Amino acid sequence: MTAGTVAPYQPDQQTGRDGFAPLLRAEWTKFRTVRGWVIGTVVAVLVMFGLGLFAAGASSSSCQSTSGGPVRTGQGCVTIPPVGPGGEAVSDSFYFVRQPLAGNGSITVRITSLTGLLPPANGNVPGGPNAPIDTRPGLVPWAKAGVIIKDGTAPGSAYAAMMVTSAHGVRMQDDYTGDTAGQPGAVSPASPRWLRLTRSGDTITGYDSADGTHWTLVGAVHLAGLPSTVQAGLFAASPAYQAITEGFGGGENGLVGPSQDTAVFDHLGRSGSWPAGAWTGEYAGAADGSGIGGYHQASGRFTVTGSGDIAPVVPGQAGDAGTTVTQHLIGTFAGLIVVIVVATMFITAEYRRGLIRVTLAASPRRGRMLAAKAIVIGAVSFVAGLAAAAAAVIFGAQLAHARGSYVYPVPWPTELRMVVGTAALIAVAAVLAVALGTMLRRSAAAVSLVIVAIVLPYILGAASILPVGAADWLLRITPAAAFAIQQATPQYSQLTAIYSPNSGYFPLAPWAGFAVLCGYAALALGLAVVLLRRRDA
Amino acid sequence: MSRALPAGPPGLSVARRVEVTDIRDALHAEWTKLRTVGGSAWLLAGTIAATVAVSAAATAAARCPSGTACPVDTTKLSLTGIEFGQAVVAILAVLVISGEYSTGMIRITLAAMPRRSAVLAAKAVLVAGLVLAAGAVAIGGSVLAGRVILPGHGFTAARGFPVLSLADGPTLRAAAGSVLYLALIALLSLGIATMVRDAAVATGVVLGLLYLSPVILSVVNDPVWSHRFERYAPMNAGLTIQDTIGLRSLPISPWGGLGVLAAWAAAALLAGGLVMRWRDA
Repeated sequence: MTAGTVAPYQPDQQTGRDGFAPLLRAEWTKFRTVRGWVIGTVVAVLVMFGLGLFAAGASSSSCQSTSGGPVRTGQGCVTIPPVGPGGEAVSDSFYFVRQPLAGNGSITVRITSLTGLLPPANGNVPGGPNAPIDTRPGLVPWAKAGVIIKDGTAPGSAYAAMMVTSAHGVRMQDDYTGDTAGQPGAVSPASPRWLRLTRSGDTITGYDSADGTHWTLVGAVHLAGLPSTVQAGLFAASPAYQAITEGFGGGENGLVGPSQDTAVFDHLGRSGSWPAGAWTGEYAGAADGSGIGGYHQASGRFTVTGSGDIAPVVPGQAGDAGTTVTQHLIGTFAGLIVVIVVATMFITAEYRRGLIRVTLAASPRRGRMLAAKAIVIGAVSFVAGLAAAAAAVIFGAQLAHARGSYVYPVPWPTELRMVVGTAALIAVAAVLAVALGTMLRRSAAAVSLVIVAIVLPYILGAASILPVGAADWLLRITPAAAFAIQQATPQYSQLTAIYSPNSGYFPLAPWAGFAVLCGYAALALGLAVVLLRRRDA
Repeated sequence: MSRALPAGPPGLSVARRVEVTDIRDALHAEWTKLRTVGGSAWLLAGTIAATVAVSAAATAAARCPSGTACPVDTTKLSLTGIEFGQAVVAILAVLVISGEYSTGMIRITLAAMPRRSAVLAAKAVLVAGLVLAAGAVAIGGSVLAGRVILPGHGFTAARGFPVLSLADGPTLRAAAGSVLYLALIALLSLGIATMVRDAAVATGVVLGLLYLSPVILSVVNDPVWSHRFERYAPMNAGLTIQDTIGLRSLPISPWGGLGVLAAWAAAALLAGGLVMRWRDA
């Protein structure tokens, strides 16, 4: 640029926002009167919805039961997990030694040992739940045992528990997803742990202690709607053994098999209204097929053996055979490509036809013109994306259900975040396309750049060949980070699973990932305004 | 179609003479256009840069820690950049024809060269030739990067990963096939752009056709549908040419996969040629 560049004419006394509404109207008129763009937007909605339905329908399952409860063995079929109080799929199978507790009260116990058995190292897990299982001593990291207060024995009912774990110290857990750390370290006869749970109304408080006299508060949880009489007692659970080998394009499940643990309790102390009779020992949620468990009581000492888990069920876990709502939103990619094309043309067509000179003559404040364009295309894309995403989620779930494939239930706020977030993702991508179209003026380059920036990192990271570390890195710093908004299940630190991009887990939190895309769009828009002001049209 | 008879080489029948001159002139004209349009050289350089950079980054990110089995196809890994490079190739090929429609140049081109199929053929030959040349550099650079980087990251000959070399049959096939893959992507893009004319729409269609199939494949777990996508989607089928391990379990053979892409490109060019012939410019 030479020194003789003339600054664009900018009227100095045009005040405030009064000129902006007509600008918006002008841009909206341009958009709605170009038939190709309107058709393009409709096509975006249709392909997004259609592809979502296709993904839901093409995820076939040989397991035809659509009701809850015990079903289905063999060929990748699993028991349909119960749904927890928060609306997520949970596992609720453990060995439970219980008595009813009426009203308020507490239970205190000392735990002196936690031992267990793992499947054999060579991976020969014999078929059938009753076959003798060849085992070796050992514990999975989240083998757990302790005291629990539970709403009832119905699968998926509310609870709060204080427990020792094999590798993560004392924990207080509640309602499947809550997890608070207590004292660290493993339990042994030389270093026992004391646990206490106290119920007062709907509030359950957990304490731990190393000696039975000095108690530390671990946490207090509120279980809404807890009945006056609850089931309380001792429990033991041990999730399936899962050896995860980090591979290319996500982890791979190596050896998988049931495990069990055995805990020794003594110094059982209770306050409140407990019955005088004997304890009831039963395997809760035995439908799991891994219902190993039992208990033995002698002179104040309880030995409880259990397997299974009280925890969420998520994709990427051993035996995972479900699909997530995310898969019904797969059409986002197709819709996105169409919207990017339309949004790019929304600005490049002005340059091609020379209309930009008329536009800028009518509204000489160039930044505001671009802002109006971004708002119009963003709003149109948002509405289109919202309609398509909502329809895909609703009808996709119905279709999957009808075809007998299992879709992980998600709480409604999560589903709402996914649908609204998808629409917002498309809207921000459209704004990015307008900004790049303004900068480059050439539609082919702008369209490719935006598509490559958003879609290619996702393909390389989530659907392909890169090592997990590189994939995580790509999905953190590229605009594809925004697909985190479509993550259906959170990553639980208290649950062993393959948390890699290709089983649906993103390295950033949903809105943080979305913010990355917003950052790119804001940066591009800023540069576009600067260039638009400096360059001749 | 009527045309003035140009002076052709003597000794040929008039019709034959016309044909030869047509093609030759068309090639010359298209070459002048392509050579003098600002973007072409940049896009070819961009193809090379994008391919080599992403390939090198992918190999640099890969590690094979000692004591673990690494089930990885190092040849395919070191050619990862083609997934990015093909997008630049698509821009180039789209602009070769869309650029003419957007400026109205196409009317001059067709007035000077009324045989429309000759115009399209000349464009196809030139763009394929240029992409072959740039692709050879890009793929060569990628293999070289893999050859330099991989041994330092645990992929050593002692552990079953011989140093990447074009003297190795499967690696040569993967590399040469990748160059052809890029040329076929250019022809596919040219055919689609001839059909839809507008650069933005053509780019969207091409990239959608290429990139959507791996995305869909990542969620479809129905074996019948996955198999169909792996065999017939242009990118998935075409890139099997890069596989050098586990060839028996491939959904389609490497050359068969490249053949599928060639069929896509041929169909697109044919359809583009027909549309060009029948529609007003």
